[in-house]
Amino acid sequence: MKQTSHQFTQNVTRALAEPTLKIALDRTTTLLRTRRAKVIDAFEEYAEARATAQKIKDHTLDNLGHYLRQFEENAIASGAQVYWAETPQQARTVVTEICRAEGAKSATRVKSMLGEEIGIGEALADAGVERVETDLAEHIIQLAGDPPSHIVMPAMHKTQEQVAELFAKKHKDPSTEQDVTSLVSSARRELRPKFMNADISISGANFLIADTGSFVTVTNEGNAELTTTPPKTHIVTVGIEKMVPSLKHAAVFLRLLSRAAIGTEITQYTTFFNGPKREGDRDGPENLHIILVDNHRSDMLSDFLRPMLRCIRCGACMNHCPVYSAVGGHAYGAVYPGPMGSVLTPAMTGIEGSKDLPNACTLNGRCKEVCPVNIPLPDMLRSLRARQFEKGMPSGMTKWGLRVWAALATRPALYRLATAASNVALRGMARGRGKITTVPLAAGWTGSRDLPQPEPGTFMQQYKKGRR
Amino acid sequence: MKIARDHKPRVGFFVTCIVDAMRPNIGFASLKLLADAGCDVEVPNTQTCCGQPAFNSGDDATSRQLAQQVITAFEGYDYVVVPSGSCASMIRSHYAELFAELPDWQERQHALSAKTWEILSFLTDVMDYTPKAEYHGTATYHDSCSGLRDLGVHDQPRALLSHVDGLSMVPLEGNNECCGFGGTFCVKYPELSTAIVGEKTAKIKKTQADTLLGGDMGCLMNMAGKLSREGSDMRVYHTIEVLAGMADGPGICAPALK
Repeated sequence: MKQTSHQFTQNVTRALAEPTLKIALDRTTTLLRTRRAKVIDAFEEYAEARATAQKIKDHTLDNLGHYLRQFEENAIASGAQVYWAETPQQARTVVTEICRAEGAKSATRVKSMLGEEIGIGEALADAGVERVETDLAEHIIQLAGDPPSHIVMPAMHKTQEQVAELFAKKHKDPSTEQDVTSLVSSARRELRPKFMNADISISGANFLIADTGSFVTVTNEGNAELTTTPPKTHIVTVGIEKMVPSLKHAAVFLRLLSRAAIGTEITQYTTFFNGPKREGDRDGPENLHIILVDNHRSDMLSDFLRPMLRCIRCGACMNHCPVYSAVGGHAYGAVYPGPMGSVLTPAMTGIEGSKDLPNACTLNGRCKEVCPVNIPLPDMLRSLRARQFEKGMPSGMTKWGLRVWAALATRPALYRLATAASNVALRGMARGRGKITTVPLAAGWTGSRDLPQPEPGTFMQQYKKGRR
Repeated sequence: MKIARDHKPRVGFFVTCIVDAMRPNIGFASLKLLADAGCDVEVPNTQTCCGQPAFNSGDDATSRQLAQQVITAFEGYDYVVVPSGSCASMIRSHYAELFAELPDWQERQHALSAKTWEILSFLTDVMDYTPKAEYHGTATYHDSCSGLRDLGVHDQPRALLSHVDGLSMVPLEGNNECCGFGGTFCVKYPELSTAIVGEKTAKIKKTQADTLLGGDMGCLMNMAGKLSREGSDMRVYHTIEVLAGMADGPGICAPALK
């Protein structure tokens, strides 16, 4: 996708002017928040599971090299081919080469954010392969020509009414009714033949299991299973941080993932894949290719962004983020939106092209609170601001403002004079109305809010005069 | 954490820059309650700001300088009490990050952080205080984020307010959701901040309460400012003003009584 995070504020303006966007966002985020709260409340071992999950990920990250080698060895032993891609470009090249070698004409795809991250659509287009998105929401945005706006619910920005309209226009045999069941049936009629005729299937993986060389997908639609079974070749693109040492460790995350993501105890389908079709198997792909992608994850491993690699891509942080809830995922202008995206985007695509993202956050802490692996997102966003400050990135106005304020705040006597003067000035502007409706240089506040009229004299002035 | 009754704790009161500049009444209400709860209160005159605006802008050097100023001004007291969850949390939860490379300061910083309290939780959890006040109205409560999530301030204001005669409380939907203030966020991203506070004021009005209470002047100013702009006559006070019986003047953004 085309990254637009450098024009975040324009994206925000556009998103806020979009009449149906907020309706679509509210419907889904409200539902997800309510359901998550309910299912987490009912999960007695939640705190323990969360702490255990964090421990497992931290241990795996501390020993990532070991587990990656172990995974590779076991995956090869299972009959898979394993590739290492340091960059998205390298990953795309592997995909294109496999497609060309197979003479593939069409590929069915199971939604994966890693696929978006490396630009899988581009790779398939380069190889002249038709891309068929099989996840319902991905199917919707493929028809609409939109990038995903959420990591779990990529079509969150669309209302049901808009989807009905889209299907009516684009499907060969659309349903006449607009209820959810009819819309799903319409998509099923459209997609079913394509599942069966694809040459290649492409998926991501929610977990890699080091000691067996297996990988796990988690879906609600069963499209991962149907996508990856008929075609002769299955390509898996996956980030190296998805590793867990063993099956029992994956089980801890399975208990957390769908509770955090959509507020259910488990997803409808959880599939463990191990190797290609064996002799005597009735179905399954003959060729299994696993592409392990780095894309700056190794860099993150060695600095303060390391805890971000614990992320299991549940989306709870964005579902509970006031900024995401106001403008949706597209405003972030990058593959990963919301709080986790505001950390990942600078890490993966550079701090310069996404300088608003770590700043456009109130540091309210709800994202960290709901994170199933306790990632300190607000702390990392703030540290990214510190990194920006070190690089001299804040605007001249911001730097100047901070410098003047700091010069006063570090000199208490001078600060008293300044606050006393501003007290007089603000009271003058209030003219006894109790509020101030415009303040020079503070349009950001007074454009939409009144400012209270201060009392006569600051606290320190009144205290000095003896008021108690 | 409860203290022995025979010892009158010496409290250094950190008024916070916003209360100092915008609503001293919150500061004087705090002094009254702290004295009433049995504290010896002093207001060090070398205080300005806790450093949070610099910290949240990524300016660690200035934040550190201000943190050192706060530590020096307040380390002689038994407790530092702050009428804001946000500023208290800055001192309590975030100062440590600033001194990771300054071992000389770490002990002093740690000692100060450990004895710094947000005022509502200090009154209940440390002083075991029961207020005596009267306020006529129906109030709803907004839990400010730093106090709630960093310091666990949730039950304390409700427990204190339950002793206020004439006051009834109604729950606020999304009471734990950010109001969109976010310090410098509200002026750096005014459109976002406005959208978020607009959702908040809609929920506040839906409660049918006539009063909005909270524990952080920044958030209260944001919500009161928006409510006022929307033409609402909601009365907005810091909880401490109600508890001290000092919510008799105009609320935040309300005109003075003629």
